[in-house]
Amino acid sequence: MPHPETWLTIRPEGLHCVPGDFFIDPIRPVPRAVITHAHSDHARPGHGAVLATPETIALMRTRMGHDLGGTTTQSLAPGETLTINDTNVRLVPAGHVLGSAQIVLDHAGSRAVISGDYKRAPDPTCAPFEPVPCDVFVTEATFGLPVFTHPPAAAEIAKLLDSVKLFPDRTHVVGAYSLGKAQRVIALLRQAGWHDPIYLHGAHMPLCATYEALGVALGDLRHATVAAGRTLSGQIVLAPPSALADRWARRFADPVTALASGWMRVRQRARAGGIELPLIISDHADWPELLQTIADVGAPEIWVTHGNEEALIHAAGLRRIRARALRLVGYDDAGEEPVIESQGAAA
Amino acid sequence: MIAFATLLERLTLTPGRLAKLALLEHFFATEPDPDRGWALAALTGELSFTAAKPALIRGLAEQRTDATLFRWSYDFVGDLAETVSLIWPATPAAAAPPTLAEIVQTLRTQPKSALPAILTAWLDASSPDVRYALLKLITGGLRVGASARLAKTALAALATRLGTPISPDDVEEVWHGLTPPYEPLFNWLLSSGPRPDPAGAPVFRPPMLAHPIEPADLAGLDPAAYAAEWKWDGIRVQLVGSPGGNRVFSRGADDISASFPDIIAAMNFHGVLDGELVISRDGVIAPFADLQQRLNRKSPGARMQADFPAFVRLYDILFDGTEDVRGETFSRRRARLEAFVAATNPARMDLSPLVVFDSIDALAALRDGARAAGIEGLMLKRLDSPYLAGRPRGHWWKWKRDPLIVDAVLMYAQRGHGKRSSFYSDYTFGLWRDDGELVPIGKAYSGYTDEELARLDRWIRNNTVGRFGPVREVARGLVLEVAFDAAQRSSRHKSGVALRFPRIARLRWDKPAAEADRLEALTKFLP
Repeated sequence: MPHPETWLTIRPEGLHCVPGDFFIDPIRPVPRAVITHAHSDHARPGHGAVLATPETIALMRTRMGHDLGGTTTQSLAPGETLTINDTNVRLVPAGHVLGSAQIVLDHAGSRAVISGDYKRAPDPTCAPFEPVPCDVFVTEATFGLPVFTHPPAAAEIAKLLDSVKLFPDRTHVVGAYSLGKAQRVIALLRQAGWHDPIYLHGAHMPLCATYEALGVALGDLRHATVAAGRTLSGQIVLAPPSALADRWARRFADPVTALASGWMRVRQRARAGGIELPLIISDHADWPELLQTIADVGAPEIWVTHGNEEALIHAAGLRRIRARALRLVGYDDAGEEPVIESQGAAA
Repeated sequence: MIAFATLLERLTLTPGRLAKLALLEHFFATEPDPDRGWALAALTGELSFTAAKPALIRGLAEQRTDATLFRWSYDFVGDLAETVSLIWPATPAAAAPPTLAEIVQTLRTQPKSALPAILTAWLDASSPDVRYALLKLITGGLRVGASARLAKTALAALATRLGTPISPDDVEEVWHGLTPPYEPLFNWLLSSGPRPDPAGAPVFRPPMLAHPIEPADLAGLDPAAYAAEWKWDGIRVQLVGSPGGNRVFSRGADDISASFPDIIAAMNFHGVLDGELVISRDGVIAPFADLQQRLNRKSPGARMQADFPAFVRLYDILFDGTEDVRGETFSRRRARLEAFVAATNPARMDLSPLVVFDSIDALAALRDGARAAGIEGLMLKRLDSPYLAGRPRGHWWKWKRDPLIVDAVLMYAQRGHGKRSSFYSDYTFGLWRDDGELVPIGKAYSGYTDEELARLDRWIRNNTVGRFGPVREVARGLVLEVAFDAAQRSSRHKSGVALRFPRIARLRWDKPAAEADRLEALTKFLP
């Protein structure tokens, strides 16, 4: 049977399935794209046709406008199989954000799984990652260093609520990426018993509405307007990370600035960003999860798309697994901005 | 140890003083004895270990991890203790992390050879945050984002909230008679014990501080009611000689005796004196930069002591032997001080002379004429003022020389903290060198109004030419009039010059950057 490298190749547009003639998460406009999830670096505008989960398509419409600039869409529910030429395509939950899916490709008796971005930790806003045995596993490595072990998210939320209790006169402004992280933080707060209204930056509102429409209950959400800003002592506000250092934040009198990101594991990242309360909450796999996943799928070979590739490739080598870097350009660590200064991060 | 690790992390990331106080007070209120006492010792610098060397810690981590992955991780994180704390593999069925008391007790009693095994067990039992605090503590690298004074202020606030009105100064007065873990102190603060009696121990007494004088204050001043002295450019110290030993304390109650063994040796008296610590060679007071050489040394060698001889210029007496004279007037205390110095004649000390004057105008002329490097200005003290803790109004005034001024060009701006975190409020500025290069001479983050800050922030956002994390490099287009107290030579700055107390005096929107001052304008101020 042919090795997946004979039918899954790297082209300037991105990863290309040759027999099916489609691209996976292409970074340039292509005639046919299969999209793992709706983050802006994976789901770009301008494709002829898009195949994705129904949730991903709904979130793409919220982000890019209802007609997606003229793109034809086809949704594929998890578990269903679509045959394109002689390639079988299946979408399997990746646990990254709502709608995120691994793309399982079967061709001529060999199987490749492209995981997109993923995590293994539980997330009340999306279906959990399901390991699929395969011949080649294509993985991310955003947190591909052994210093990254994300603590349980509930403990981080408890840290936030302790701080709200200790500083009842201040507003806690939490930087959280608009798609996925924000809704997860809200859902975790609700699980922890926080039933007060949660106030949102304008950029968060449409995506939260889409989550609710897709059946993820988020409770009482309100717009953190300039007028509301002064009155939010003891309340929690969510905003895109880039807004924390922006003039937008001036509507709060004496805020506690928090940031929900896996990078907050490293103190210098918090210090440099002026973050008073780092919350280590990530939608990407940490180092133990990366290694666990590689073991779970049992692939004799992994391809690493982006992040700290060398360390993961080195660790795979120690486990006698073949590994190579794909060096795909254009993917960033969406939702995990290391520097809150970054521009245009708020999708 | 868990609560202590959490406290340390929040203190280092929290910019606001009130917020730090709230964190400290909450910690002291909720953490049990003796751990809160050991934590207090660590926060105030009374607890330090050098038991473990970095090589030992690195070696332990490399036994648990792959060497290549460790190296890459260290490169990424940049700090050894933090790398080890994060990379250390989690042990599922580990014991509870050690308490601070357990750490202190173990390090004091166990031989060095037992340390690797003990440390390994502790690291296994701890979370990353606790590992980090533990490693920093035992390598002597603990960075505390709060001063000792702030910790004492939090203790006083806690006691007051619980019904025993105690001020931070009350805590200072007993502090140096206490040893960790301070259970008698906590008992007193929490109303379950008497005030600890410092007895014959050399304890610190809160100093009396002066207000800067404003023109309005000056106008109403009766020259006959005041004594004047030079304001020496050193650091304020309190000398405490007692049967229990001699101490040199800084104004902030830090015990700096170890840095000044020459002064300790010269203290041939029992009593408490107030004065200015300076470097003096043949009766001439050296610039402040010379004193900094000594302040940076924990234990100066003979050579250092000979090259930078420490000296105290005395100006007040708080205790004459065991007699508390703080309630007496300045005039009486001055007479006592003169008699005390005449009787004991200590080496390395003299009296700060009184400046004779008959009118405020005459005093102003003296002030303007004083350009010696060791003089910052004048002090005015009411003849009938008792020695009061803190900064009481109307008793003592400081009248600094007019600041020096230079027109510099804004080069970099950094976002501030807390309320200023969305504003570019910290400025690095420079002067032109002969070769046309702009070289930085200092940093300032004060001196402007809120409106000016908003306008500066706007200008910076619109004129950014480069970004380095929270720092922006700006186009060379804005002149800042910078006021400062003195200039000194510095090998750490590219310009070779460093400023004392720089602040923004005015924003020169009108002045082209090319017309800002050249570096020579500053070198003429160098001593």
